[in-house]
Amino acid sequence: MSAETVLFDAPGPRARRLHAILTVLGVVIALGVLWVVIRKMGSANQLEGYMWAPFVEDPEVWTEYLLPGLWETLKAAALSVVLAGVFGIVFGMGRLSHLRAVRWVSGAVVEFFRSVPVLLMMIFFFFGWFSRADWMPNDLAPLAGVVLALTLYNGSVIAELVRSGVHSLPRGQAEAGLSIGLSPGQTLRSIQLPQALTAMLPALVGQLVVVLKDTALGTIILYPELLTSARTLGSAYANTVPAYIVVAVIFIVINYALTRLARFVEQWLQTRGHTAGPVTTTAPMLVEGPAEPGGVFGEESRLVGGRTQA
Amino acid sequence: MGEILSEYDIIGAFWVTIQLSLLSAIGALLIGTVMAVLRVSPVAVLRLLGTSYVNIVRNTPLTLLMVFSVLGLSFILGLQISEEATTNSYWWAVIMLSVYHAAFVCEALRSGVNTIPAGQAEAARSIGLTFGQSLREVLLPQAFRGSIAPLGSTLIALIKNTTVAAVILGTAEAAGLLAEITENEGASLPTFFLFALGFVILTLPLGILFTNLSQRLSVKR
Repeated sequence: MSAETVLFDAPGPRARRLHAILTVLGVVIALGVLWVVIRKMGSANQLEGYMWAPFVEDPEVWTEYLLPGLWETLKAAALSVVLAGVFGIVFGMGRLSHLRAVRWVSGAVVEFFRSVPVLLMMIFFFFGWFSRADWMPNDLAPLAGVVLALTLYNGSVIAELVRSGVHSLPRGQAEAGLSIGLSPGQTLRSIQLPQALTAMLPALVGQLVVVLKDTALGTIILYPELLTSARTLGSAYANTVPAYIVVAVIFIVINYALTRLARFVEQWLQTRGHTAGPVTTTAPMLVEGPAEPGGVFGEESRLVGGRTQA
Repeated sequence: MGEILSEYDIIGAFWVTIQLSLLSAIGALLIGTVMAVLRVSPVAVLRLLGTSYVNIVRNTPLTLLMVFSVLGLSFILGLQISEEATTNSYWWAVIMLSVYHAAFVCEALRSGVNTIPAGQAEAARSIGLTFGQSLREVLLPQAFRGSIAPLGSTLIALIKNTTVAAVILGTAEAAGLLAEITENEGASLPTFFLFALGFVILTLPLGILFTNLSQRLSVKR
């Protein structure tokens, strides 16, 4: 169902005329913005061929700058996601433990790391710890800082996902497990957790976008990721503006593809029914609110909420 | 610890954090509302504009926007807001924080519209309310209540994300100051916890307030 069917009536002649006017207006505004941007860039000589030619003519732009940067970005993101998954499952299960002390400690850890800005952690781990530790090789220190900070933050988000995933399973699942003689721990591990993990798969893929964007913070602690290579590339070829634009496009393409993948996984799960619970598409928000029913807009990303991290 | 407190202006840094948060919250709300209106409008071209904005901005790292605003827009394209470098960075930080979070505000408002079941609009129309009336009396109030929680989450994320402005603001802002203190004085866990506590103080009451509001005002269905 689309927005118009609910918010708007089927347009009559007058409304259709208005829509036509608004369409023209929209196109004019879009073209106007585009024109201003192009003129501004043109007058600063940013549209000259020599600014952009290296991206197609000089393979070194890719082999020496962009691809190594992209590789570092992907490496940090992949490491962080795997470690965050482990962290999240451990602390998510901790929050579901029947021991009050375990529940309490896991809860405190998760809430703390969820509310501290990732950058603060990165700065502290790198400048305060890894960059001066004897046992840490110098070239690995920035990577360790990025990965540790991202693991702690995203691990906490995943822990919340695990908890809410298990909570949103129908009670019959746990009752069935207990009634065939499994202990509460066994029920959690072999019945609830697998279904919860399946149900949160789309949200996990969505969280990947957050991790990937957050690796860019690594530039502050001297990690040679994609944003850093944009800067070095920009100064080597004196084309800073094109370099940043190309890197931004790379980020947008990868993240957009991930968002589509998340939606695909969501639909796949819904058609096949791999879990008894509802499929989670959003990371749990810091502010708890009414659950989103598939309301007026069935389509498009509902990947909002807690994943606003840079 | 005492020396650190007297030597570095931690209160000042957090004051900058608060200013950045307030100014960009207003900016993000304004841009985000416009984008949300575009995204739910019945005109395909306007919807496309809103969708493009959200997809582009939301998938770009905020760090990139920040760095580009100063290195690219100010230095090369000459879009200086102020002659003075720090003032220029400060306002660019506000603009980029607004632009970035506007995408999330837009999605929050849209998800508020999402919570309205189709029957509400149909019922409003069937009792003879005009388009404007049904929007005013039935749909928008529910949409607003439904978007309180995601708007609150966005505001909290915005406050945490002001730290990213450290890339262009340096030590004037909390994360930048923490970097300087840690570099000069060595790792001090109490200092880190002090900064973390600062953000907990800024965000925790807001989280409680918004959770409370959204539950109190949530539409019972």
